[in-house]
Amino acid sequence: MSKKTKSSSGLGQLLIPLVALAILIVFNLFRDISFFSIGMKVNNSGNIVLTGNLISIIDSASELAIISMGMTLVTAACGGQDISVGAVGAIAGAVFVKVLQGAGTITVGSVILGIVLCCLATILFKLFNGTLVAVFRIQPMIATLILYSCGRSIAYWINGDATPQLNSPIISSLGMTIPGIPVPTPIFAVLLVGLLLFLVFRFTSLSLYTQSVGINQGAARLNGINPTLIKLLSFILLGVCVAVAGVIGVCRLGQLNHKTLLVDIEMDAILAVAIGGNNLGGGRFKLSGSILGAYIIQMLTTTLYAMNVAPVNVKAYKAIVIIIIVVAGSPVVKSRLTALWNRRRSEPTRRAEPSKGVS
Amino acid sequence: MKKIIAVALVLVMCLSLIPAAFAADDLIKVGIINLDPSESGYRQANVKDLTDTFTKENGYDATFVTAPTADKQLEAAKGFITAEVKYILVSAAETTGWDEVLEEAQEAGIKVFLFDRMIDCDPSLYTAAVVSDMRQEGETAVAWLESLGLDEYKILHIQGQLGSAAQIGRSDPLTEKCEAEDNWTIVREGTGGDSWDPNEARKIAEAAIDANEDFNIVYAENDGMADGVVAALDAKGITHGVDGDVIVMGFDCNKWALEKLLAGEWNYDGQCSPFQAGVIDEMIKTLEAGGEIEGLNELNQIISVEKGFDAREITQEDIDTYGLG
Repeated sequence: MSKKTKSSSGLGQLLIPLVALAILIVFNLFRDISFFSIGMKVNNSGNIVLTGNLISIIDSASELAIISMGMTLVTAACGGQDISVGAVGAIAGAVFVKVLQGAGTITVGSVILGIVLCCLATILFKLFNGTLVAVFRIQPMIATLILYSCGRSIAYWINGDATPQLNSPIISSLGMTIPGIPVPTPIFAVLLVGLLLFLVFRFTSLSLYTQSVGINQGAARLNGINPTLIKLLSFILLGVCVAVAGVIGVCRLGQLNHKTLLVDIEMDAILAVAIGGNNLGGGRFKLSGSILGAYIIQMLTTTLYAMNVAPVNVKAYKAIVIIIIVVAGSPVVKSRLTALWNRRRSEPTRRAEPSKGVS
Repeated sequence: MKKIIAVALVLVMCLSLIPAAFAADDLIKVGIINLDPSESGYRQANVKDLTDTFTKENGYDATFVTAPTADKQLEAAKGFITAEVKYILVSAAETTGWDEVLEEAQEAGIKVFLFDRMIDCDPSLYTAAVVSDMRQEGETAVAWLESLGLDEYKILHIQGQLGSAAQIGRSDPLTEKCEAEDNWTIVREGTGGDSWDPNEARKIAEAAIDANEDFNIVYAENDGMADGVVAALDAKGITHGVDGDVIVMGFDCNKWALEKLLAGEWNYDGQCSPFQAGVIDEMIKTLEAGGEIEGLNELNQIISVEKGFDAREITQEDIDTYGLG
């Protein structure tokens, strides 16, 4: 956290994801320039929708982007990850569907009520995780393993109906596009959550507190910060993110499948946090990095689709690229590269080397 | 304290034995192996039909196991043989690998009924199979498609759980047709996996559209997956249904799916009857009364009669009669 390193790592953290994104864009430019074309079409419900790979990337990555934001906060404050986000997302979906089915007819009011109750439910579940982590000092992965393994069963209990259907224009407005607005609605949800978190960090000192708790809990306490509270707060914010993602997931298909809703998203979210250059051991963080990470993951997937790779095989190809990104962003490679860079530029700055590697 | 707990536990155990001792007299012990109800609306209706039929009031002491994979199902079957049930009812996740267990059951004098899905084995290994002819379902669907008389059939084929009788039966007639005819092509093929996942189907469709694949027919092997594809079509601004560019076909006849047919958003839905419990119940009662089961074909099967619905002809009455859920 010294001033010397800060000047060089202001963008430094975002360097790797930005380079990765640039490479993907250039690769697609050369491969097939029509990858970037955007069109307008009218779909079955008579709505005008924007189409094109770019739109589908930004749209499909929505849930991931939202969850990665929350995951970044938990990572920063607790120095570990919550692996139960997918399972709790399924619970969120189940609560949402349950409320709407209980309300009878689907109206704007019942949908809002559904979202609010769904937020409350996920916050409760995340507080359970948070208590285990913050109060009982259990390692985050172990603490969240509990809900990871039983969350989907809980979702099934809440809503035993195998794949309940929600047929309503309001639901499809939330999951796809609002009539008259060609931009997919989930994109607005990302903006909304992003803006919310931005405002929270802009007008409070939460960001600083979170970082200091993540870096050195004891020191933070001596400075009058309550680490338990900060950690719980990060889980609460993650809970809100998970609720929003769960609702989007349900609305996309207009049906709930407790087994497959947001399945495996925890892994992608952790990956997004890592690609974004955040230290998975806690401390300094950049939300923008994680968001960027989420879109990189989705862009990679869509690029592979466009190259005719079958969905089953996509994971293998994705793994290869991700290994490259993560290795390129690793402290060892980073310090070697900066050392090389510094040596090239001028001889006297060589002594900057040893101060690297702390993030 | 420990003693009190021990005494309490012993009491509880004794108490729990009492109803079992009374019940064991006249109830028929059956073990039912099914697939996970969350798989689809079809399965849900099927599981409910079985649990509603094989009740204590109806004279059964039934144990239900729902497992999505073959190994867990086989394990359950072995458990039932050890528990000395009188009848085992199976809807198999996979068509192969059952011979050994079925032989074991036969040696133990347990009668096996197959329902919903066939197993690849000697027909003598089971008493009867109450099944849908999945191949017939596929053939009906392909024949309907042919009757449209399109110039070109460019098909997006979404398969079910690979290796299941439903998938094989519904896939084969289509793939055979595409091999035989020049103007029938499968543009892209993918599977919703073991859970017939609509979301996976959506991804396959999105991938196909992203890759600029041109297709005019969606042949999805169940309703949920057809719905997943339709979500992708809607997001990409591709029209579908009676007046649309893409023909949407599903299977199972869930009520909500038939409603989409009526609304003209889909074109075809093939029926697959999930109601086999009543027939099996009757057969077991006949056997218990010392009678013989009649009406089986050479494969020991009883085939449920099924049809396919066309969006241009479907009525509200059809939905009320045939819709599941």
